[in-house]
Amino acid sequence: MLQAAKLECRRGDRLLFSGLDLQIDAGTLLHVRGRNGSGKTTLLRTLCGLFTQDAGEVRWKGESIRTLAEDYRSDLLYLGHLNGIKGDLTGVENLRLAATLDGDRIGVDAVWSALGRIGLTGFEDLPTRMLSQGQKKRVALARLILSRAPLWILDEPFTALDVAAVDLLQGLIADHVAAGGLAVLTTHQEVPLTSGQARHLDLGA
Amino acid sequence: MFKVFWSVLHRDLLLAMRRRTDVLTTLFFFVIVVSLFPLGVGTEHAVLRVLGPGVVWVAALLASMLALERLFAADYEDGTLEQLLLTGQPLVLLTLAKVTAHWLLTGLPLVLIAPLVGMQYHLSDSAVAVMMVSLFLGTPVLSLIGAIGAALTLGLRGGGILLALLILPLYIPVLVYGAGAVEVGAVAFGEARPYLTLLAAFLVAALALAPFASSAALRISIE
Repeated sequence: MLQAAKLECRRGDRLLFSGLDLQIDAGTLLHVRGRNGSGKTTLLRTLCGLFTQDAGEVRWKGESIRTLAEDYRSDLLYLGHLNGIKGDLTGVENLRLAATLDGDRIGVDAVWSALGRIGLTGFEDLPTRMLSQGQKKRVALARLILSRAPLWILDEPFTALDVAAVDLLQGLIADHVAAGGLAVLTTHQEVPLTSGQARHLDLGA
Repeated sequence: MFKVFWSVLHRDLLLAMRRRTDVLTTLFFFVIVVSLFPLGVGTEHAVLRVLGPGVVWVAALLASMLALERLFAADYEDGTLEQLLLTGQPLVLLTLAKVTAHWLLTGLPLVLIAPLVGMQYHLSDSAVAVMMVSLFLGTPVLSLIGAIGAALTLGLRGGGILLALLILPLYIPVLVYGAGAVEVGAVAFGEARPYLTLLAAFLVAALALAPFASSAALRISIE
């Protein structure tokens, strides 16, 4: 479903990777590995279309993501290093806005229950700037529960999370993949999720 | 589609309401700059009438620019801009919603406060009416053009001064016709019609083109 052909990316003068071929089908988890600075984030951003590659092409269902544009983006959920939530808005407001922008009609009840499931009961209507680092991350991750996007691209989703949240997130990703979804993630943490049937890609090796 | 436009607009207005100081600084800046001139040049009615239109418009340009830097910067820093770029919605629509919010918060208050400012310069009733209409037509153009500059200078060090250098020259036509309208409007409202029509034409052109330019600039800046 998601394909990359002869991908080449540079940052300034430095070549990060070239001739990278990639194929991810429905129901697959891809774990991108590599040391710091090996281009993991750049690869993920390129797959999202946020970063323009120097050569090669990324395709979704056989078509270039440049031509698909908005059709591709509505199939995609990306969570980067920045949480992408507004500190002055509450968790509920943040999630409802994200859902509207994704084109989903989601009721307030669904948002509250998603926040409850991610372990933020009692913090739903506090401005997110008052939450801890890990709690902010949880608000962002609650989007995974609400979203219907088949492709998840997650950059270091496990950072700042406690043990319980790590388990919960692993469960979410495993369920998503089992239901025929695609997931691409980077992490330096050893988690059971990435050791099982996951596929691996090593950058800068 | 309208729902998406509305939700982004609503978001930005809600954020502004939770940080009221940002909104008020623009308005106070405008009022203070405009009030300084009568204090500086004296209270000669004839002089103030000549200076008034130009001073009000220059102050409006600067006030509108003051808030431009924050138009995309806050969203850029917390990653929400990234998320806006990755939604399945046309980016042009989202940019337009953000610019509309910017105008409602910085342009519209200037229009509403114009009669008060006009009194300081002893402007005639018709001149004040023309000033309100010209600001109503002109300030959205400032927000629309300014958004292109704000998007281009996003994430640059010292972007603020670069933004001013990029955008102020593009504001000149609006300044010339806006201030010109108020000047001829002092005689009768009807005299200013050609100027106001031109300002309206600027607005239509900016509405049609600027959101596309700012969206393209945003995509470049986010890399």
